[in-house]
Amino acid sequence: MARRQGERPRARVAAELAGSRSSRILGGGGAGRSTAVALASSALFVGILAAIVVSSPGWPEVRRAFFDVDQLRRSFPDILDAFALNIRLFLIAEGLILVFALALAVLRGLPGPVFFPLRAFAVGYADFFRGVPTVLVIYILGFGAPALAIQGVPRSPLFWGVVALVLVYSAYVSEVYRAGIESVHPSQEAAARSLGLTRAQSLRFVILPQALRRVIPPLLNDFIGLQKDTALVALIGPVEAFRQSQIEVAGSFNYTPYVATAVLFVLLTIPLARLTDWLVARDRRRQLAAGGAR
Amino acid sequence: MTTPENPSDFLGAPEMSEWLRLEGVHKSFGKLEVLRGIDLSVAEHEVVCLIGASGSGKSTLLRCVNALEPVDAGRIVAGGVEVTAPGADLDRIRRSIGIVFQAYNLFPHMSVLRNVTLAPGAVLGLPRAEAEARARELLRRFGLADKALEYPDRLSGGQQQRAAIVRALAMRPKLMLLDEVTSALDPELVAEVLNVIRELAEGGMTMLIATHEMAFARDIASRVCFLDDGLILEEGPPERIFSAPESPRTQQFLRRIVEAGRL
Repeated sequence: MARRQGERPRARVAAELAGSRSSRILGGGGAGRSTAVALASSALFVGILAAIVVSSPGWPEVRRAFFDVDQLRRSFPDILDAFALNIRLFLIAEGLILVFALALAVLRGLPGPVFFPLRAFAVGYADFFRGVPTVLVIYILGFGAPALAIQGVPRSPLFWGVVALVLVYSAYVSEVYRAGIESVHPSQEAAARSLGLTRAQSLRFVILPQALRRVIPPLLNDFIGLQKDTALVALIGPVEAFRQSQIEVAGSFNYTPYVATAVLFVLLTIPLARLTDWLVARDRRRQLAAGGAR
Repeated sequence: MTTPENPSDFLGAPEMSEWLRLEGVHKSFGKLEVLRGIDLSVAEHEVVCLIGASGSGKSTLLRCVNALEPVDAGRIVAGGVEVTAPGADLDRIRRSIGIVFQAYNLFPHMSVLRNVTLAPGAVLGLPRAEAEARARELLRRFGLADKALEYPDRLSGGQQQRAAIVRALAMRPKLMLLDEVTSALDPELVAEVLNVIRELAEGGMTMLIATHEMAFARDIASRVCFLDDGLILEEGPPERIFSAPESPRTQQFLRRIVEAGRL
């Protein structure tokens, strides 16, 4: 009796270890069998859902309006062209955000009373731009800034759309950076400063490299949001994928272009989402390998 | 920058070889008074061991010396430069004072070699090749030559602590502060680190050591200071402190150590 009680937890631990080694999405267990079970249950789930949708009274109507193959064939090339603009917007904004948000996070961490105004600015900035809806920032900058007609300031809505995205997302990303910086133990800075490194040098060589590594997953998460929000720039004029699909819909009274655009956005975010998952999993493995909490 | 000044007008007759002097150092964390008036002087090539119970202020004292903690009152003069002066160039002062921590505090994202070469390169402006030559020489001397390219988490505790000592030595400090450097180590790894420190002492390094290793302190120290509740209650040569302590608190502390089989 006593012996069996002793054995049971050990068996459970072994099972858990085996489970943690296989995929979380598939649900663990024996590798081949669990894959089969996962596939079968997914097929059943999707099948039931499809049956409900297809057997609904309005389905023929909806299929014509949203899943029209001819319409898709006609509109898709133009939507794809316009989607290139989303990608450009996203890449340019992302680069600028990475730099600007880091500057904000560093400002917020400056010590001493002298830097109070800069710290206060960084705090106020994050509060403000996380609070205001992105749509409003895009509208206000997109219509307001060009209207000022200041010499040398671009009037292109594309320019102001990117500026709006950078302003809003930098607020989020600077908070992510800050969390990373604060997650590095103070003893690391103590070690760096005790060697004679200046504050800036300890930040550059010791704190930031460790902080950035830790925040890559949440950073990518924010960028998935940014990819989608490039569609909001359409509201002030530029013809990106969403606007192009609106144009197609307006000409045909068929909603298939919307579905096509949605699929394009999903296809763009999936690789980033999987990369994020993979990085998180890799981090977890490394921490386990290094003996747990560190 | 504070220029090196003769502390004699303030501190009385200077010993020729005095390198570090603490005068009436007070330090509180909130309401907790950790240091309540420390007077201490360390001469060049002297090895001073601080003993005392946990919480007696040993670590805080060391951290005040290289200004990792600002003092509330009192003066600290290191190598003729006042550490506690307003506007003192702390980065410059810290170049000549090495500190080794209980938890090693190696930089986990850098190889051992990079841990050691970082400060000589970034602070002293040593060319990379020169910094690496200096680092490899030190690593060889302390038995870590084959660990140069490993990352800290691949090393044993003893190896990590020796790497941390090497990292501090690479700056060629005038004074080494050792903060309970063996307390986090498995017992069988303590000796390798103590041997390194012994070698440093024999090489004439000036050291201020907070330690719980009483046998080691008796062996290596030129002078032992017993800290109790933020004050140096008793100091003297190790032979006297360990065999004929005067203060009842020192006697009590050492009796407990002996009972625990640590001396």
